[in-house]
Amino acid sequence: MTAQVVVRTDRQRRMLRRMPWWIAALFLVGIAVLWIFPFLWMLSASLKDNMEMFAGGLKLWPSKFVWDNYARAWNDAHFGRYLINTVVTTVITVVIVTIRCATAGYVLARYRFRGSKLFLGVLIATLFVPTGYTIIPVVKISMQLHLIDSLGGMILALSGGAYVSAILLYYGYFRQIPRELEEAAIVDGAGFVRTFFSVMLPLAMPVTATVAVLTFITTWNAFFLPLVFTFSRPDLRTVSVGMQAFVGETATDWSGMAAAGVISIVPVVVLFIFLQRYFVEGISGAVKS
Amino acid sequence: MTSRSVRFKTTWIWIFLVPTVVLYGVYTIYPIIASYWYSLVEWNGFDADQKFVGLSNYREVFADPLFWNSFKVTLFFMLLVVPARVLLTLLLAMVLNSPKLPLIGLLRSAFFIPVVTTTAIIGVVMRFILDPASGPITTVLTKLGFGGVDFLGDQHLALPTAAVLYVWKFFGVTMIYWLAALQTIPYELYEAARIDGAGTGQLFRHITLPMLKPFLIIITVLTVEETFHNFDLMYTLTGGGPYFHTEIIEIYIYRWAFAASIPQLGHASAAAVIFGLLVAVVGALQLWGVYAGRRLRGDQR
Repeated sequence: MTAQVVVRTDRQRRMLRRMPWWIAALFLVGIAVLWIFPFLWMLSASLKDNMEMFAGGLKLWPSKFVWDNYARAWNDAHFGRYLINTVVTTVITVVIVTIRCATAGYVLARYRFRGSKLFLGVLIATLFVPTGYTIIPVVKISMQLHLIDSLGGMILALSGGAYVSAILLYYGYFRQIPRELEEAAIVDGAGFVRTFFSVMLPLAMPVTATVAVLTFITTWNAFFLPLVFTFSRPDLRTVSVGMQAFVGETATDWSGMAAAGVISIVPVVVLFIFLQRYFVEGISGAVKS
Repeated sequence: MTSRSVRFKTTWIWIFLVPTVVLYGVYTIYPIIASYWYSLVEWNGFDADQKFVGLSNYREVFADPLFWNSFKVTLFFMLLVVPARVLLTLLLAMVLNSPKLPLIGLLRSAFFIPVVTTTAIIGVVMRFILDPASGPITTVLTKLGFGGVDFLGDQHLALPTAAVLYVWKFFGVTMIYWLAALQTIPYELYEAARIDGAGTGQLFRHITLPMLKPFLIIITVLTVEETFHNFDLMYTLTGGGPYFHTEIIEIYIYRWAFAASIPQLGHASAAAVIFGLLVAVVGALQLWGVYAGRRLRGDQR
């Protein structure tokens, strides 16, 4: 009997001790809602008609759901087209970047050859090169190679960005794999290429996931390069450039624009929600190394 | 046999490097070098002839008050944004690192979400949210009895507003940096100190702060360098206006190279080279700071 009382007060005490944390959590949830308010507003605006949007102020729940905004954004504002462009560009860029960073990181980490130190040095020196600095020659050389005004050219230019951190992620990972593993593969008769593709690359799966997710988000959100590459080809715009153009063309269709914004942002947000572990790992890698 | 296999290996090593050498060479290394050449010529980008003009582009850029304006705007923006990003995120990260906090995963995700969304689209959406005529913020301000404020159209408010939005957008990145740093501190250390009777303030002063010091420098370096990549937000938010009050160097370059009716690539390239040097100098200064800091710590021990 007395023991039970003691247990209960114990639990109560524990609850009480946790109370401040719950209060803090609730407070933070409030801030978090404010934090993502712009997205909630965009989502709500995309479902209202333009009249209600101007009059409705802050009310988030639309009085009548207007799905037509999405049809307008998809067809009239060509966001269907832009979305396809963005998906194609992003997927191919992710594949190219992941493969090239994996192979480069592997070779730099596992082999010493003439110029390997220099190679790494040059890579690290270009860690922070901003797009604004390289953009003019990139456009010029793309013109000379007849790669401007094409998705292919844009993909190549996007995959040619420094991506130093991705190479370094692979580099760091491959470095710490014990040499015996590679030797075992070679004893088993695997050549250079087989060793990489069937032993080393599968081992580096977590890094690959991180690099792929980071590259996906960088490319999906890219703006400067796609803007400059599609000046004379509006049909090749990505969603980020399309949004800017939409404002220029029809400045009054706010709900259509909100719908276009939702169409453009939902894919990255969904990807993030499912793969956030890799994303967070990729970012924290910058601090740890 | 061995020499052949070595040569064979070397061949494969280079084959593995080829994609990076080609793409990175063409789209990163070549532009870095070519910018210097472009900055020495007069060229509109259409004609084949590039007239060599020596340093006159640089003279023009240095004589252009608008260039100095963009230079100032860029640095001022950095000063506005970096302390907020580095220190406020530390506060939030410390709260979100505590193992006792409920809903921690959800909260972290919520504060991180703006990072993954497209900056250029955020810029456009924010223009509506802050619209002085009928945006939701104006509606609230009007209801509260204040007049509408033209956040992005006012020449004194535009840059601070952009800075606030920038901090909001990239808050999550620095927060993750700090969380990664905080997770390097073993929890046992806190427990041991608490058993010895240390209070929260003491824990912070004697454990958290000293352990975080090396990270503070790295995180500041990363954050400072990131603020130089701000074309997307500024361009879509204000386009450099009103009256060049938010024209960062990247927009200045863009204006001369792509937005002018007759592009002046020489002029733009000269500005780009100066910008590249600025980024490099700031980076080098900070790395030197990291190095000096490390040496100092080494001496103390």
